[in-house]
Amino acid sequence: MVRLITHNLLACHAKGCTSNNFPLAFSNVQIEIREAEFNPEFLKNFIPKVEWNALVDTARQLGDTSLPLEQPEMLDEEFLKSLHHVLLEIHVEEGVMTCPNCKHEYPISNGIPNMLLAEHEIG
Amino acid sequence: MIPTPDLSHLTSTDYEHVYEPAEDTFLLLDALEEHAGELKEMAPLTCLEVGPGSGCVSSSVGQILGSSTLQTVYLCTDVNPHACKCTRKTGTQNRTSLDVAKAFIDIILFNPPYVPTLTEELVDAQELRGIEGSWAGGSDGMEITNKFLELVGDLLSPRGRMYLVALKENNIPEIQTRMVNRFNLQSTIVLSRRAGREHLSIICFHR
Ligand SMILES: C[S@@+](CC[C@H](N)C(=O)[O-])C[C@H]1O[C@@H](n2cnc3c(N)ncnc32)[C@H](O)[C@@H]1O
Ligand SMILES: [Zn+2]
Repeated sequence: MVRLITHNLLACHAKGCTSNNFPLAFSNVQIEIREAEFNPEFLKNFIPKVEWNALVDTARQLGDTSLPLEQPEMLDEEFLKSLHHVLLEIHVEEGVMTCPNCKHEYPISNGIPNMLLAEHEIG
Repeated sequence: MIPTPDLSHLTSTDYEHVYEPAEDTFLLLDALEEHAGELKEMAPLTCLEVGPGSGCVSSSVGQILGSSTLQTVYLCTDVNPHACKCTRKTGTQNRTSLDVAKAFIDIILFNPPYVPTLTEELVDAQELRGIEGSWAGGSDGMEITNKFLELVGDLLSPRGRMYLVALKENNIPEIQTRMVNRFNLQSTIVLSRRAGREHLSIICFHR
């Protein structure tokens, strides 16, 4: 399952591709929404680990505009609910992730991203 | 006692392509169970398993941690696409080889292909992405493990720990010394057990 919480950790690792290689851009996606249990404590702890701009941009790419561009200081319930939905409930089942730098394409099929590179692409 | 994860959805046909839980797997499960209290207290946010195979080990961590109120993101990465499917079925998130951008994995699990083989055998096995890749470990059984050990320093969070399965032939004291010298990672042996011809240990690395 490619949820945005995982996508937020994935960078391109092709040979020589070391800058501007994050976040991978989604295209041709099929999305499924699956409800997950709301856990505000988890979200509060996880926020420092999130690359905020990447998350907001990616959510917008996928049509979800509920997150503010700037990470808010006040973590109210409404904000945490939006964050919960974006991080944990949107599943990309099919599609492609493209590196913003070298344009390498990582396919997603049946919810499993294939991050493998061919021998000549490994750094 | 933590119940072993339910693997009843996997059939003997799956195990033609994917590593079936064996003594090494069970030793790792026992080590994790021994640390159950510490792991719960740690309340890890992230858990990365390299080479999950059936998905049994990550699921078991899920069971260990599951009873508390915390939540953990499980990441799994296997070169073998069958293993990814099985792991997914077994109930964790899957990747085939991922690159994590930041140092913040709280728990890393790795039961690597640790059997000493010829390097060519290892290269073929990795290329085939099938069941051979479950054991063929190349020189000293360490070629895959060594690649990964180079990354661990970057992946592990400050409070993070990594559980690694190793064979006596892998030269455990050398691994431990090297990890201290290169990455300042300390380690302890959680459990050791003889299983047939194999003398297996679980090493736990931490900062
Ligand atoms: C000994 S099996 C362990 C399976 C499972 N974790 C267990 O304990 O039962 C090793 C696993 O590592 C995977 N593997 C081998 N080389 C790998 C690599 N380069 N990257 C990721 N996984 C790899 C194999 O496909 C296999 O699933
Ligand atoms: Zn790239």
